[in-house]
Amino acid sequence: MRRKSYHIQDHSAEANLVARRAIISVLFVFVFMGILLSNMYYLQIASYDSYKTRSNENRIKVQPIPPNRGVIKDINGRLLAANEPTFTLEIVPEQVEDMDETIAGIREYIDISEEQVEHFKESIKYQRRFKGMPLKSKLTDKEVAIFSVHQHRFQGASIEARLTRYYPYGDAFTHAVGYVGKINKKDLERLEKNQEIQNYAATRSIGKLGIERFYESQLHGITGSEEVEVNHRSRVLRQLSVTPPIPGVDLHLSIDIEMQQHAQKVLGDNRGAIVAMDPRDGAILTLYSNPSYDPNYFVSGISQRLYSQITGSKDKPMLNRVTQGQYPPASTVKPQLALLGLHKQLVTKDTKIQDPGFWRIPNVEVQRRFRDWRPQGHGMVDLNLSLRQSCDIYYYDLAYRLGINNISAFGKRFGFGDYTGIDLYEESRAIMPSREWKRNRFKQPWYKGDTISIGIGQGYWTATPVQLAMATATLVNKGKVIEPRIVTGISGPNGYQNTAAKIRRGIDDVSEEHWNTILTAMYDTVHADDGTARSAFAGAVYDSGGKTGTAQLFSLGEDEEYEEEKVAERKRDNAMYVGFAPYENPSIVIVVAAENAGGGAANAAPIAREMMDLYFGLGNAHRDNIAPLPKLPPVLNEVATEESNNGED
Amino acid sequence: MAKTENEKRRSSLFFRFHIDLPLLAGILTLMSLSMFVVYSAGGQNIDMVIRQSIRLGIGLGVMLVVAQISPFTFQKWAPHIFLVGLGLLLAVLLAGDVGKGAQRWLDLKVVKFQPSEIMKLSLPMMMAWFLSNYTLPPNSRNTIMAFIIIAIPTLLIARQPDLGTSILVASSGFFVLFLAGLRYRIILGLLGASIPFVYILWNYLMHGYQKQRVLTFLNPESDPLGSGYHIIQSKIAIGSGGIEGKGYLEGTQSQLEFLPERHTDFIFSVFSEEFGFVGVCLLLATYAFIIVRGMIIASRAQEAFTKLLGGSLILTFFVYLFVNIGMVSGLLPVVGVPLPLVSYGGSSIVTLMASFGMLMAISTNKRLLASN
Repeated sequence: MRRKSYHIQDHSAEANLVARRAIISVLFVFVFMGILLSNMYYLQIASYDSYKTRSNENRIKVQPIPPNRGVIKDINGRLLAANEPTFTLEIVPEQVEDMDETIAGIREYIDISEEQVEHFKESIKYQRRFKGMPLKSKLTDKEVAIFSVHQHRFQGASIEARLTRYYPYGDAFTHAVGYVGKINKKDLERLEKNQEIQNYAATRSIGKLGIERFYESQLHGITGSEEVEVNHRSRVLRQLSVTPPIPGVDLHLSIDIEMQQHAQKVLGDNRGAIVAMDPRDGAILTLYSNPSYDPNYFVSGISQRLYSQITGSKDKPMLNRVTQGQYPPASTVKPQLALLGLHKQLVTKDTKIQDPGFWRIPNVEVQRRFRDWRPQGHGMVDLNLSLRQSCDIYYYDLAYRLGINNISAFGKRFGFGDYTGIDLYEESRAIMPSREWKRNRFKQPWYKGDTISIGIGQGYWTATPVQLAMATATLVNKGKVIEPRIVTGISGPNGYQNTAAKIRRGIDDVSEEHWNTILTAMYDTVHADDGTARSAFAGAVYDSGGKTGTAQLFSLGEDEEYEEEKVAERKRDNAMYVGFAPYENPSIVIVVAAENAGGGAANAAPIAREMMDLYFGLGNAHRDNIAPLPKLPPVLNEVATEESNNGED
Repeated sequence: MAKTENEKRRSSLFFRFHIDLPLLAGILTLMSLSMFVVYSAGGQNIDMVIRQSIRLGIGLGVMLVVAQISPFTFQKWAPHIFLVGLGLLLAVLLAGDVGKGAQRWLDLKVVKFQPSEIMKLSLPMMMAWFLSNYTLPPNSRNTIMAFIIIAIPTLLIARQPDLGTSILVASSGFFVLFLAGLRYRIILGLLGASIPFVYILWNYLMHGYQKQRVLTFLNPESDPLGSGYHIIQSKIAIGSGGIEGKGYLEGTQSQLEFLPERHTDFIFSVFSEEFGFVGVCLLLATYAFIIVRGMIIASRAQEAFTKLLGGSLILTFFVYLFVNIGMVSGLLPVVGVPLPLVSYGGSSIVTLMASFGMLMAISTNKRLLASN
């Protein structure tokens, strides 16, 4: 393929052709460069604003900052619920390519149980995107060190220093303070519904029980935010601006740690409840339900085994016996019934009835004998004796004459059969029976015989210890009804503030004289030689009033006698006691319920005595000195504290 | 084409080593720019810059060596190199290494290389050799022959599949044909024929997913997390650069790694984000300078072979540029062509520098010939 010679003559023509084409090519090059440049102009100048915005949207993320949860303190300012800095191993699911592989890799270095892994996998299903979820909480220093060395291997996993809720007094405060736990699906749905979900964007736990649950919105605080620059994996590179979170408020209780721990000690193995309340403003001084359990297990996720151990226990530790325990109030409500008798003028202070040891409904053919707790009876009984010796016959007769409608209506005014309004969601109404109630509940009419047992606080009537505390405080306050409350003060950015006492419409139609008659009888119950609480309170340095109660759980036949040894443990009587002190201007009302403990005088009154001894041992005017008293509404203005050393016996 | 004495004296040393000074200046400008942009795009990794400078150094060495070879040697060996190249392409298809899902590499035990790179040089050489054997413009028979010569390596490379390289190879062949005087009516005819072809292709031959890819290219926003992601992020990077850019090392799209492949194919986006429209204009001006200089060299060449080869090489260089910038700015589909002399890595730098070596050989050898 040699070039043929005649072509050489066309050499310059060829050269011209190629040169022309070269020029055209260069022109094309410039045209295409022009296209590129116009496109650049369009992107960088014409559409600059739009792309600038999109670039910022890419790199700037707004991250929520969780507020510090408010702490909970006892009357002396000691922490009952604290925030403890802990290290948590967290994983952001979106940043992990193979979750199983990552977890398996981490487990080579840190001991993580199957259960924790399951918990984690469950929790990541419904969390918001790019939120780190804890795989393991409370890492030891050693675990933190080991993980830090190998962290580069695990994209998306990191150790975060977080504040974790800690309850230093363990099971002593579980039913009062409650606990926080991880936010679960139900919590999220509720937050979503209440439009609070934004405020929980960075929060990992939420109040599940007790005060922690009731005051969740105040304790939680307000979530802050920071603008951060992130890379394409959403890893934070630097902070651009910050709106600091507002911490939650601190809650102050009037409960004293010593009182609470003492309640735990004196109840010992006894199932039961102790609640103490200041009748002047409803402040709860002690709230203990036995048995209890350690709330700290719930904070970072309780193991299934431990959880079923707690929930499955026959002793029902999760039940808050103070507010949910529905006990027959037994003789502890006789003062209220006696008051109603006086008020309705069915009895006077001096009316005496004969007590032969049993009672029959008058004018009825087939008669059942209602027995007194004392087989031989109490002889001639007036009102004072009926209370100080807890004579049943007196109240069978009184109840019969009062009728259920009167008793039910009056009981409700003392707060029976309804929520007391205590600041806990875990509360039961218990039962203040009525004709209507029985019709709804059993589709049966009310029988006369039903009323008779009501007279001694048995039958259908049940009450929670906190209801009894409120009813007793109402007696002490001569008709002023103050709702119990656990939190008595809050402190936030504006300093300490008392929370207001909550007051209901009082029982203002009963004469002062009648109240005094009842209170005197309660004084005599403790101080008279034949008072049922006499021996329990012998030698006490303070004057007090009270009422014992023994609730029968096991129906005896008409001619049977109660013999403790023959009755199965769980069917033994409940021991009850309600009391207040000092007798003049009381500052404490106490209610003790000891399940299956036997008689109230022998088994509940001594517990109340121990609690009161400690209370006065800690200082009678204790509350007033340490935390400022809440400003009470005008009805309670006359409340004053006074040293009372009445040696009357 | 005579040069003044002054000019000759100034370039005498470079002349002896077959170096065209303006071309070298343009190349060195881009190379230094490359190191700065690679530093920024690679996450300020100095090791990357060192590796890139070694690669550029090797490229310069290759250019110098190739520049010493006489264009007549290229002419003599053109058909042989082309045949060897075809053989290697076939070898790749039969026994090549699968890298990133495509067979491009041939493992020669000592080195792995892409035979398609050889074809970038050997096809224009072959075309220039073939067409310069006959009177220009080529007659119908030679035109058809020329199209066949272009089609064989193009299809072999496209089958690997390596669309980017096959476009570059096909263009380099076509440019020789164009410079050789391919008649406009044939060009217009080809363009006209392509319209019904595309119509039939779209309506009867393409599968749904293939159409979807084309649609995603036409409107990347329709698939922002899938195949559209890269191009959207790239456009955001370029657009948010504005007139003056965000500043060196300040490009958030690149520094925060929103941009994919940012030190290789998408390095232009990094540059545009950090230096803005002003930077882009200066960069394109530098490229334009190199291209114009290359065309001057080609048109000053005295032989048809060297004219055609030189012109084709420099126009192919422009195709690199156009396809790369076109694809990162959303004008063209993403086909995987680096920004010439700036993108990090690749055997393409060696090939490119070899082609500049040929241009330099062309620019200096004709004067040797003249002085003989």
